[in-house]
Amino acid sequence: MYWGVDVGSTYTKICGINEKKELVDMSVIPTIVNQDEIVKKYLKDKDIKMLVSTGYGRHMIEETFSCLVISEIKAHAKGAYFFNNDAQMVIDLGGQDSKVILLDKSGGFVDFKMNDKCAAGTGKFLEIAANRMGLNLDEFSKIGFDANKKLSISSMCAVFAESEVVSLIAKRESASNICYAVHESIASRLASMANKFACKSEVILFTGGGALDSFLVSLLSEKLEKTILPSKYPQLTGAIGAALCGYEIYQEV
Amino acid sequence: MSVEEHRKLLSEINVDVDRHAKMMNMGLESYKAQFMSQKNRPEAMKYFDWFMSEIQGQRIAEINELRKQKKPSVGAFCIFVPEEIIVGAGGACFGLCGGSPATIADAETELPRNICPLIKSAHGFKLQRTCAYTQSSDFIYGETTCEAKKKTWEILNKHHPVHVMNIPHMKRDKDLKMWKEEIIEFKEHIEEVTGKKLSLEEMLEGTRIINEKRKALLRLDSLRGLNPEVMPITGKDALFVTQMGFLDDPKRYTQKVNELCDELEKRVEDKISVFEKDTPRLMILGTPIAPPNWKLHTAVESSGGAIINEESCIGHRYYKDNVDIDNIKNEDDLMSELMKRYSEVDCACFTPNTPRIDKILKMYKDRQADGVIYYTLSFCHTYNIESFLVTEALEAAGIPCLVIESDYSPEDAGQIKTRVEAFLESISFKKKANKLKSKS
Repeated sequence: MYWGVDVGSTYTKICGINEKKELVDMSVIPTIVNQDEIVKKYLKDKDIKMLVSTGYGRHMIEETFSCLVISEIKAHAKGAYFFNNDAQMVIDLGGQDSKVILLDKSGGFVDFKMNDKCAAGTGKFLEIAANRMGLNLDEFSKIGFDANKKLSISSMCAVFAESEVVSLIAKRESASNICYAVHESIASRLASMANKFACKSEVILFTGGGALDSFLVSLLSEKLEKTILPSKYPQLTGAIGAALCGYEIYQEV
Repeated sequence: MSVEEHRKLLSEINVDVDRHAKMMNMGLESYKAQFMSQKNRPEAMKYFDWFMSEIQGQRIAEINELRKQKKPSVGAFCIFVPEEIIVGAGGACFGLCGGSPATIADAETELPRNICPLIKSAHGFKLQRTCAYTQSSDFIYGETTCEAKKKTWEILNKHHPVHVMNIPHMKRDKDLKMWKEEIIEFKEHIEEVTGKKLSLEEMLEGTRIINEKRKALLRLDSLRGLNPEVMPITGKDALFVTQMGFLDDPKRYTQKVNELCDELEKRVEDKISVFEKDTPRLMILGTPIAPPNWKLHTAVESSGGAIINEESCIGHRYYKDNVDIDNIKNEDDLMSELMKRYSEVDCACFTPNTPRIDKILKMYKDRQADGVIYYTLSFCHTYNIESFLVTEALEAAGIPCLVIESDYSPEDAGQIKTRVEAFLESISFKKKANKLKSKS
């Protein structure tokens, strides 16, 4: 089995593929302290031909398992391309990062953009806003479709944006409309990053936890005027990419 | 430990010694961790390691010895300072502390948060009295290269004398004429400090010394960057050597850099490289990298890349041009030549600034680099905005480019590393693809 571990800021994703490149094992667990120990426990007694780590905590896993390491960008490019080899652009919205990756025809990544140190436009911001409204992410995503007013949030900083949300609440704006505003602000950021690349492909793949948010998907496709296709297992894309990398390297050597 | 040895002197120049000692310790620890742990370093780096250990000790004693002899002592944050004149007067010209996050909170009591970290850090050092260089300067050289600096001088001047030189933002004849007048005025200011006239010969001597220093740095630049087969020194070490050029005595420094270059030349002959074969070679473009800001170099060189050049104020921009002194007959000639040399500096404060882009493209080709990182400090509007034009030209030339905006805080180190690693992966991927293409 070939394993990919993606230690993200919020969740750790583990997946295993077999000799036929079939996904046979996958798991999403919250990232906490000593994450390497948890991964170790998970992989105990499992057959490991190759292990590749990626994500924020990749170097911690590297130290513990002395395994190979790849960047999230490469991992997401690989994972997304595996399920859909027409797309030449991948948008990834993770807990603390958002990125846009440009692929060539063979799935190698050509260029990428990534947010600077700032939580605006990341999954973290969605989470903060949903918490403020007393909703979980799933509920928060759904009510956006009922918005009847196009409110906007203008702050460039997640902390200030949160206070904008608070002031919208104080103005008795409906939860749906606030939800719209929050999603709009994130979609705008992602779209402006994506627009920096002239992307020819009609389909853009969407990965990371953000791709589970159906309202965000619809806003983003509206903005970019393209089909936004959530990847098959959005959250696991990075881990799958890492496992595939391990598979390839194993075949090479 | 040097701070203890020099406690008396540091107190005399009104340094907050206890606080200073704490910061120095942190700086030294960080230096040890990031520099001394590198493998296969050139022997000649020992001098620079020593210099680091005495960075605010021995060197401060030397500067204050000069001051006792009424020689001028000038601190600056910009490479537009005509150091030839200061050195000609027998004095010392040095860069002031401004690369640490530790003083920023203090600076923010007087300055806005959204200006560049270099200015805030520098201002904070003055407020805290923790930079022995700032405390040793007769005056601080200020310039008008950006709005934030221009206005900060007015506030800094409340705490320490500042002499502001008006740097034009265009290079038309009338601007250059004004610039020359500014250099003459600077010279007169130095004469006021020393209380005596400066002779042409003295200024020429100062110019020769600084010309030699720049030549040595240019030699180092070639040795580390021009040969793709052998990279004899890490980018981090070379950066540190360059950074120390702003502090050390110029004659001694020139000698030490040349000794290092001799060793590097030998290494190139013997094919001793500190990087593995095919390590991606990157150039860094953009804003100055003041010590102890080693964040970017550490991220790149711990991710499997090599930095072969800094197109920066602490880098190529600082030493690429020399003052032509062959045909100087009088003081006016020298002032003209100094102005000419300084007007070649392609700082982003100028508009238009196309020579910078031309230089970058040429540098990239000459050094057979594999990619560039455009590094800019947060809120450094000139370099930040100019990154658009530079990356546009780079993209047109098919040069891989990554833009990174950061400040001195450590919390984005992980993100920077991710982006750098991905950038290096994409370069390797392209290299591989090109090889396959040429085979088929």
